[in-house]
Amino acid sequence: MVSLTINGKKISVLEGTTIMDAAKEGHIRIPHLCYLKDINDIGACRVCVVEVEGLERLVTACNNVVEEGMIVHTDSPRARKARRLNVKLLLSQHDSNCTLCNRSGNCSLQTLANDLGIMETAYEKELTLERWNKKYPLIRDANKCIKCMRCIQICDKIQTMNVWDVSNTGGRTTVDVSGNRNIDEINCALCGQCITHCPVGALSERDDVKLVLDALADEKKVVIVQVAPAVRTAWGESLGLSSEKATVKRMAATLKSIGFDYVFDTTFTADLTIMEEGSEFLAKLKNAENEKFPMFTSCCPGWVRFIKYEYPEFVGQLSSAKSPQQMFGAVTKTYLAEKLGIDPANIFNVSIMPCTAKKYECSVSELSDAGFGQDVDVVLTTRELARMIKAEHIIVEDIPEEDFDSPLGVGSGAGVIFGATGGVMEAALRSVYYLVEGENPDPDLFKGVRGLDGWKEATVTVGGTEVRAAIASGLGNARKLMEAVKRGEVDYHFVEIMACPGGCSGGGGQPIHDGQELAGERSEYLYGLDKHDDLRFSHENPEVIQCYKEYFGEPLSERSHHLLHTDQELWNLRSEN
Amino acid sequence: MMESQAEQTVENIYKDIERRIVASPPGLCPIDLLASFLKMSHAQSCGKCVPCRIGLGKLEKMLDLVLDGNADESTLDLIEETAKAVYDTADCAIGWESASMVLKGLEGFREDFISHINTGRCTFELNQPVPCRSLCPAGVDVPGYVALINEERYADAIKLIRKDNPFPLVCGLICEHPCERRCRRTMVDYPINIRGLKRFAAENAGDVHPPERGPLTGKKVAIVGGGPSGLSAAYYLSLMGHEVEVFESRKQLGGMLRYGIPNYRLPREMLQSEIDVILSTGVKAHTEVEIGKDIDLVDLKKQFDAVYIAIGAQTDKKLDIEGIDAKGVYSAVEILRKIGDDEYPDFTGKNVSVIGGGNVAMDVARTAIRANADKVSVLYRRRQDDMTALEEEIEAAVAEGCEIYDLFAPAEIVKDEDGSIKSVMIQPQIISEIRGGRPTPRKADKDVVEIPTDVLIIAVGQGIESKEFEKYGVSVQRGVIASMNTAELEGLSGFFAGGDCVSGPATVIRAIAAGKVAAANIDSYLGYNHLIDTDVVIPDAKLADRTPCGRVNMKEKPALERICNYDIAEIGMSKEEAMQESSRCLRCDHFGYGIFKGGRSEKW
Repeated sequence: MVSLTINGKKISVLEGTTIMDAAKEGHIRIPHLCYLKDINDIGACRVCVVEVEGLERLVTACNNVVEEGMIVHTDSPRARKARRLNVKLLLSQHDSNCTLCNRSGNCSLQTLANDLGIMETAYEKELTLERWNKKYPLIRDANKCIKCMRCIQICDKIQTMNVWDVSNTGGRTTVDVSGNRNIDEINCALCGQCITHCPVGALSERDDVKLVLDALADEKKVVIVQVAPAVRTAWGESLGLSSEKATVKRMAATLKSIGFDYVFDTTFTADLTIMEEGSEFLAKLKNAENEKFPMFTSCCPGWVRFIKYEYPEFVGQLSSAKSPQQMFGAVTKTYLAEKLGIDPANIFNVSIMPCTAKKYECSVSELSDAGFGQDVDVVLTTRELARMIKAEHIIVEDIPEEDFDSPLGVGSGAGVIFGATGGVMEAALRSVYYLVEGENPDPDLFKGVRGLDGWKEATVTVGGTEVRAAIASGLGNARKLMEAVKRGEVDYHFVEIMACPGGCSGGGGQPIHDGQELAGERSEYLYGLDKHDDLRFSHENPEVIQCYKEYFGEPLSERSHHLLHTDQELWNLRSEN
Repeated sequence: MMESQAEQTVENIYKDIERRIVASPPGLCPIDLLASFLKMSHAQSCGKCVPCRIGLGKLEKMLDLVLDGNADESTLDLIEETAKAVYDTADCAIGWESASMVLKGLEGFREDFISHINTGRCTFELNQPVPCRSLCPAGVDVPGYVALINEERYADAIKLIRKDNPFPLVCGLICEHPCERRCRRTMVDYPINIRGLKRFAAENAGDVHPPERGPLTGKKVAIVGGGPSGLSAAYYLSLMGHEVEVFESRKQLGGMLRYGIPNYRLPREMLQSEIDVILSTGVKAHTEVEIGKDIDLVDLKKQFDAVYIAIGAQTDKKLDIEGIDAKGVYSAVEILRKIGDDEYPDFTGKNVSVIGGGNVAMDVARTAIRANADKVSVLYRRRQDDMTALEEEIEAAVAEGCEIYDLFAPAEIVKDEDGSIKSVMIQPQIISEIRGGRPTPRKADKDVVEIPTDVLIIAVGQGIESKEFEKYGVSVQRGVIASMNTAELEGLSGFFAGGDCVSGPATVIRAIAAGKVAAANIDSYLGYNHLIDTDVVIPDAKLADRTPCGRVNMKEKPALERICNYDIAEIGMSKEEAMQESSRCLRCDHFGYGIFKGGRSEKW
């Protein structure tokens, strides 16, 4: 243990503790900005500077460790002044037009400047030239960037994609796409983790809310919205709703009050995906000697982009099943249109996703099979949904709950857990078990695949056959797993991969809470929904059964192949929007 | 009084800037630098003349336009036009040299100008956040081991060094220390004495055993050449679990460390102790085995899964002057090679002359002094300043009594009746034009001088002996073996080469680095991906004021004492000195860009 004094308080902490963590143990908060625990502790913003007695210069608290007998002042006049000055310097190069920024109210720089009581600064404002393709799903605003370097670190260390890097040197140092490349030409998976870890509004998704509002205003259009499983666990966060209020049914009701003609649940097609993907897997298993394993899940477009860029030789081993979002698009513009007697040309399909890569996915021409433009017309992130709700000035708490519309509004608990890492695998195993054994397993039989570990393994016996499964989330973990697969060190039948750590719950389109990782908590909520659902097997979803009966016949039918499957080899990686 | 204080302050700032430029990290935006230098140059203008007073300011502004992304191609044209006019019309060097700098920039990094104009981005990247570690060819974790030394954890320091370099003691004694070149401490005062600290650690660590050898792979690797490169590769390959055998043509291992560097710089027993550590990992050595004579390269490949050729560059370059065939003319290589096997020359009563200005020339000159020569003359055709030998080596040679004849080119060797050398005729030179950044000598209008000489030692460079290898299809280009970046030989599967025989005569640390590269690539060629790592935990950076403090330089024993024998001349640091010197380290791995992009490589 090391003893030290912080602001007159005696504190004893483990050797190797940073000054910041030591202060926290003494209930002293040291303001910080660029710091992100375990990811970015480079002391770039110089906001967490403190005075250490005996040292001539101030030191950063985030990355320097305590020493025995150290006397620290976190709020001495000198430390306060220097900290404020550094924030003022940042503000001088920051486009602080907060009223025009979607991070206003959720911006660490704004909060910090306000907390420090900075009301004026003597420094001249210096903004730089903007050069960015604003049509790309990922937007960077150079004038909001504070060069905290978090995006570089998250992309390098967690996602291992190295999309971002420091660009230029000296006073013109900034962050840009690495290697002097253009964003729309490179191997970005579009996972959006850089966005959710940006402390300010420098990184964001392309805002497509206006497209939705335009469609809603167009009387000819039948505007349909689908909501992904992971959205329901996070949609209320930026609206200030308690979790009791932020129910799935209230979310459905809110969407209806915005004016959507039909409010459906992507969980329905999650179940449909299980039927298709599960059957595909079983067919492969039966024909094992002629098939290549593992089969990989394909519902995460960030992962599909990753495998196409980084391990193209394995693309053929992706399940050919489309993602639930794209199945939904195809089903609405065919089956549903027919059933409800709507002209598919008038259907405008909106999808609410916890994801930025979905904005790319909906634009892939290979994925539009219904024949009426894009199967999914617009994708909004959970954050855009919240902004749209705010823009409508709806008092959400007061809206009475409503069910999703039918017939694409019923989803099983198995479909709901798609939003957590391991969820697709668990849902698939539940139905695969049924398809092989002819009877349902205990729905919690496969719960060993839950949890936030980056790389999980499970072996289950189905119909006397041992099935080796693996799950990875986060592209760094995906890469480790792929390297092991490539080197033949592991031997799996079925692998689920999600690009974002923790799966869609931690998706790049989810609400942002600086310094917090909420994938675990949000996933727990989804598992809770599953646990209390009467319907816990995809193959028991009555609307899915009906859909097969009325339209697709059976999984892997010719019509299924046409509308519900794809060949990822043919996807163009450039965003086609 | 006030004014002189101000002037003194400016003088001091000039010195600060000089040191700052020395420690400038590579990879900075060249246009940004150019603009800054231009601003400084402009401040030097007296203001009398139009081009310098106004023109330089216009250039500054236009460079800013480029940097801020507000320029187009026409800006570039105007910059060029302006700079040319300033160059042509400025009255003094302050103006024309400033303009010349801009013109050099336009030519030297025009692409970067274009990139700034078209994309707003610089093509340069900062890639050396921790200067010492990046400049060490073997990438040794300098801040790590300096911090360990400061905590008196010498054995850990050695373990950490050995992760990247199995010769900590050798390098502590004779490394050319490129790590010190851009040491950031220079911005405060002077670079850290890294080599001296390394020697201190090695001498105080006691016996440090190499790490445990990995499980045996059953693969066999032959190393041809037992010098620093071959032995480094052997060490790492053996640790990885491969079976390694070294084939050395001379009587003992060590290569140029033994047969090129004299004992007073690198005592044999110290060298042997490090070789013994390498051998203790399970490396087998065969000495006095020559390729082409005792063993066939093709046979070797049949017996081994991979072959690393690290034969060094040990043949002497010849000098083409009249009388070179005289008795008493030797090559430096010959002399040092014999000494390597303890055959010391006796030059009692003799006049010895050495031709050359590199480290090897100093080595033989200082050896000649110790071999009791009457007089030792070093003949060099450029100026002493231009010598490639380390400054401290030249100083030591002079202190020991060597006479330096700089600006003299050997013209002829005069023989006596029985063909023995009598004297060397040397032609005075005048230093002249700068070519390729180096002043070149030309014949001066002065008469030839005669230097009476009984023994003449030629030290004008080395080459490689590659004939035997060429027979097997090893490609030799411009006097060195042509290998790929991976050390592999094109078209010869399983053959690798590195060290001096690939780079030409270079430094020991470059040879070690080549051995490391070869080890990694041979390992992957054999189908493995072994990692070399260490469990040493590096101390957290201490918070301390880094107040300016002089550098502890290495000292040698008094000249009169050290010339009496071949014992080590340099005196190691005291503990007091080592503690002070190690505490001067700025820990660039923790402070500054290092903590962000320094990426300590805990394994390779």
